[in-house]
Amino acid sequence: MSKHYIIGVFGDEEPLLEAVKEVRASGTRIHEVYTPFPVHGLDELLGYKRSRLPKAAFLFGCLGFTLAITMQAWMLGIDWPMNIGGKPALAWPDFVPVSFELTVLITALGMVGTYLVACDFIPGNEAKMPDLRVTNDKFCMAIERDGTNAAAITSLLNKLGAEEIHEKELEL
Amino acid sequence: MYESPIRRPLITGETSYAKITEDIAQTVEGKPTKWWYLGFIVSVAALCLWFLTVGYLLFTGVGVWGLNKTVDWGWDITNFVWWVGIGHAGTLISAILLLFRQKWRTAVNRSAEAMTIFAVICAGSYPLLHAGRPWVIYWVFPLPNTYGSLWANFNSPLLWDVFAISTYLTVSVVFWYVGLIPDLATIRDRATGLRRKIYGFFSFGWNGSAKAWQRFESVSLILAGLATPLVLSVHTIVSMDFATSVIPGWHTTIFPPYFVAGAVFSGFAMVLTLLIIMRKAMRLEQYITINHIDVMNKIILVTGSIVGSAYITEFFIAWYSAVPYERYAFINRAFGPYWWAYWAMMTCNVITPQLFWSQKLRRNITAVFIISIFVNIGMWFERFVIIVTSLHRDYLPSSWAMYSPSWVEIGMFIGSQGLFFTLFFLFAKFVPVIAIAEVKSVAKSSASQYIKKTADQEGVDLKELNPQVVVPQLIDQYE
Repeated sequence: MSKHYIIGVFGDEEPLLEAVKEVRASGTRIHEVYTPFPVHGLDELLGYKRSRLPKAAFLFGCLGFTLAITMQAWMLGIDWPMNIGGKPALAWPDFVPVSFELTVLITALGMVGTYLVACDFIPGNEAKMPDLRVTNDKFCMAIERDGTNAAAITSLLNKLGAEEIHEKELEL
Repeated sequence: MYESPIRRPLITGETSYAKITEDIAQTVEGKPTKWWYLGFIVSVAALCLWFLTVGYLLFTGVGVWGLNKTVDWGWDITNFVWWVGIGHAGTLISAILLLFRQKWRTAVNRSAEAMTIFAVICAGSYPLLHAGRPWVIYWVFPLPNTYGSLWANFNSPLLWDVFAISTYLTVSVVFWYVGLIPDLATIRDRATGLRRKIYGFFSFGWNGSAKAWQRFESVSLILAGLATPLVLSVHTIVSMDFATSVIPGWHTTIFPPYFVAGAVFSGFAMVLTLLIIMRKAMRLEQYITINHIDVMNKIILVTGSIVGSAYITEFFIAWYSAVPYERYAFINRAFGPYWWAYWAMMTCNVITPQLFWSQKLRRNITAVFIISIFVNIGMWFERFVIIVTSLHRDYLPSSWAMYSPSWVEIGMFIGSQGLFFTLFFLFAKFVPVIAIAEVKSVAKSSASQYIKKTADQEGVDLKELNPQVVVPQLIDQYE
């Protein structure tokens, strides 16, 4: 659903970080900030919580490990035990390499899948971004316009060194 | 951002975010150079040879190889181990150096990781064909017995290899692609028409939002943490194919670390061979600088020395074990009928990397290119020596034999180079070969332009600071 946004365009990371701090201090809610590369400290300034992806990764790892151990033990120990030179059917040390590999595989696939779904990055999706130049050299701050605050926000962004300020109706 | 002026620059010359985008995107957007066409045509010709020899092999059977009852692993497994090893440098650069926060990695990780993927594809083709009937290769996977075989045997290192190599390929592709998404979006946002549609599809709707970057960084860090033990496990498991057997010269505990060091060693040599050509052909000298080449040479020096020590240790342990077969295996390697392979390996792997103690040679592109080729050759011979010289004379002298490759094996080896380089040339044309976003994130701290500025502000004379190294780099650009 498209809404009205005020977009402040900045030319570098330092003025952007300063502006994020000031805008938030003034009590204005920032919808989102768009940058060409990861700007360190930006997520904290925006008050974003830490990503829960590491926890998801850990859970996928546990799943992978359990699957791998169960699969090997069931196949070689329960379903079809084989006598290989009189050695034990359940040779646990031999299960280490495959368990490790499957743990890594399922963690990686599961976590990346979660990341893509969480960000809504699906092949063929349209990018929801305020300005095409944010993947090149511009840093954009999008603030939702709620009817009365437009003039105040525009003058604040102007004061904070925004190179350009646009008002757009788009879906972010 | 403060950066000590003593740091060597990673981006030389004038730079800005827009210029970085422009310089790297031109390799995708512009017409390829005539060097690209030349290289691509040669590679495709070699690839045709691959199809020809593999086709002949499939219609006739593995008997067309030069293998015999005694030497039943020859060029096929040699090439398998060689190609997997080459892949390791890409993962080391993209994963281990990310954990160590090495900034120079940003300019080379994309192409090094592409090299990994293509090398592992080439590697995988060998066991697939060695198995004889690739159309039933699914038997290696643990599928229900009704599919043809019993459950796979999880006690066998060969099966561990199946899991290690397929996991390695999958995780490498995923890691590479996650890093690629923002850069594909950069190309998308500069393009119109069909190119915009295609890159739009493959960039998954990337928008560069702060939340997306936060998640991106989190995912990259964890993938690096996963890929680091993974890459060490892959060549460890490959070495166990040998070490868990009882063939003299193979049955040794030194193999896992020795194989991993050798893998990184050969991989960096291949990275250098490729990058020295690519930076020239793609006009990327400003981003892949002599400083990048210098640090990679230091890694070659370290891993080359580890490999050299391993050769000597192996020899010593064979003598110290007092096992006659073990002793004979090593004496036979050095002075038996395959002496030339052993000494080619010793010269290329032990002596040539030692030349990199000299800073002059480390920073001389021609010398580096030649040495990197020597290391590639030496590491191929290492695998050949380990496999063939150990097999051809083991416990029973009546079954001793010699081995030489048939034209099919030679054709397949040249052909697999064709497969590798064809994929690499296609990558270089259609994908940004340098991680655009990552280079931008280190531009402020590592571009010569900014380092010069810091030095000026502090009143530091760069000439006095490090006259040998920093100055030719920096001053050339500014005076």
